[in-house]
Amino acid sequence: MGKTLAQKIFDSHRIDSLSGNIQVLRLDAVFCHEITTPIAINDLIRRDKDRVFDPAKIKVVIDHVSPAKDSKTATQGKILRQWARRHHITDFFDIGRNGVCHALFPEKGFARPGFTIIMGDSHTCTHGAFGAFAAGVGTTDLEVGILKGVCAFRAPETIKINITGKLPPGVYAKDVILSLIGKVGVNGATNKVIEFGGPVVSAMSMEARMTLCNMTVEAGATCGICAPDMTTVNYLWPFIQADYAAPAGALAAFEIWGSDPDAVYDAVIAHDIGKLEPVVTFGFKPDQVKAVREMAGTPVDQIYIGSCTNGRIEDLRVAARVLKGKTINEQVRGIVSPATPKIYEQAMQEGILQIFLSAGFCVTNPTCGACLGMSNGVLAKGEVCASTTNRNFSGRMGRGGMVHLMSPATAAATAVAGVITNSEIFTGQGGNS
Amino acid sequence: MKNFDGSVLFLDRSDINTDEIIPARYLTENSKNALKPFLLEDLELGDFSPPKDIVGKRVVITRGNFGCGSSREHAPWALEANQIHLVIGESFARIFRQNMFNCGMMAIELPAETIDSLFRKFAKEDTTLETDFEKNKFIITANGVNEKILFSISDFDRKLVNAGGWVDYADGKY
Repeated sequence: MGKTLAQKIFDSHRIDSLSGNIQVLRLDAVFCHEITTPIAINDLIRRDKDRVFDPAKIKVVIDHVSPAKDSKTATQGKILRQWARRHHITDFFDIGRNGVCHALFPEKGFARPGFTIIMGDSHTCTHGAFGAFAAGVGTTDLEVGILKGVCAFRAPETIKINITGKLPPGVYAKDVILSLIGKVGVNGATNKVIEFGGPVVSAMSMEARMTLCNMTVEAGATCGICAPDMTTVNYLWPFIQADYAAPAGALAAFEIWGSDPDAVYDAVIAHDIGKLEPVVTFGFKPDQVKAVREMAGTPVDQIYIGSCTNGRIEDLRVAARVLKGKTINEQVRGIVSPATPKIYEQAMQEGILQIFLSAGFCVTNPTCGACLGMSNGVLAKGEVCASTTNRNFSGRMGRGGMVHLMSPATAAATAVAGVITNSEIFTGQGGNS
Repeated sequence: MKNFDGSVLFLDRSDINTDEIIPARYLTENSKNALKPFLLEDLELGDFSPPKDIVGKRVVITRGNFGCGSSREHAPWALEANQIHLVIGESFARIFRQNMFNCGMMAIELPAETIDSLFRKFAKEDTTLETDFEKNKFIITANGVNEKILFSISDFDRKLVNAGGWVDYADGKY
């Protein structure tokens, strides 16, 4: 009987099997940020176990509230910074070199095919885009990961989603994943891995695959996963070129991390996106999804473009294409946060930041801040945000605030109109299509 | 082992997320006890009014997909800070469920019909619950009437509860 990609990763990393189908896995990487790690560090100190299993496999960033907004967040940064220094963790990214973890770590080449990765952050599922098993965990699992380099999971069942058709202009990975969550439901994939396949995924960039995998947790999934291919090799090439004579060699090595043709799936879902149109969420759950057309005219107060879902260079390019030569509606305010310094610099060099600034956007530094209502764009009660982030929970971006999730193209078009609207890239009207 | 007995708080909605259990604005705290006053602060559910409706409660009974959203272990910690160590529901988000057992607490799943019947019979009453951990049994009591309900728990989860959590268990073993 064939195996799924996730099963192959489990089989190659298993160090123990416990009752209840629990498997203890050896970890290739443990990612840490300043919100969920300091309590683990303090607990290790309290237990007189202030050790790390392997400083080279631990990657650390301060990203959630950066720069620190008050003495409490400054203290979280300080605990993390001192811990990284104390244990000689060299991959530590402080302000100036920091970015949103799930954008920064892939950019550094830390996510690889066949890896097992944990982080105290639910959107760790993003790194499955590289053919890794990457899962969000709580602080206790993180603590054990830091100390022992192991983590326990239920053996995964996989839902395979074959995405077919051709993405219409103005429709993006964000629209695809939102429409899928609408179909599967917020707990439709709980305890499961979602494996993406089909021609649409094969044609997608790593950035788009990360957007897909990033939101699988919103359907309850443990991890999203895409089998590695030449796109994966090309993305990782700067980090692996010393190991392989040519990209073809890397591809051959990576391709062992693919599901067998006769692999057994929990379910196989066909999702044709040929007729998909841009979508947006309407309620307080990410599976409450409608066509932008149906929500057109809904007033908003703030537009936020950024986050681990849609703060990458492709996202900023698309938004800039919509914003070029325009100014945002005077009733709204716009905030864009390039997700990493590299993206920020690229956007600067490509003239994208100038387009945002001319349109009236505020360009902030890379940080998670506004997405979870911690800093850099928190909503007031009764305010509405058009956002490229991943959660529309009640009060997520500020108590009493409302969030509509959408693609960067739709968010940019909404900024110009002041109300939810489709982009001209989709409608084919205007001069920028 | 932690206490799993006491007065029951019924939360009659599915998909109660971790932002509702403990909003992100409190994630800057570096101690578990600092979270105590803010448990369920952003949950809007009928006339539910935290923190007054939480005082004295020791068990939560709710619907499906409780604890969805963020990985924050602050959600179980906020419950723990209020001496609530047991949540019973139709289903739980994976990370929340694991976090509960990792802290030596319990997230127990019961069939939808059972949960439904508990809400019907007990939600409007002053209800207490007693846990017989060895016999996998809850005894739910209101107005002198009680009902026994069996639950299942994996050996691994049982070990975590007995060990007081995953750190002690894993450190001794790996």
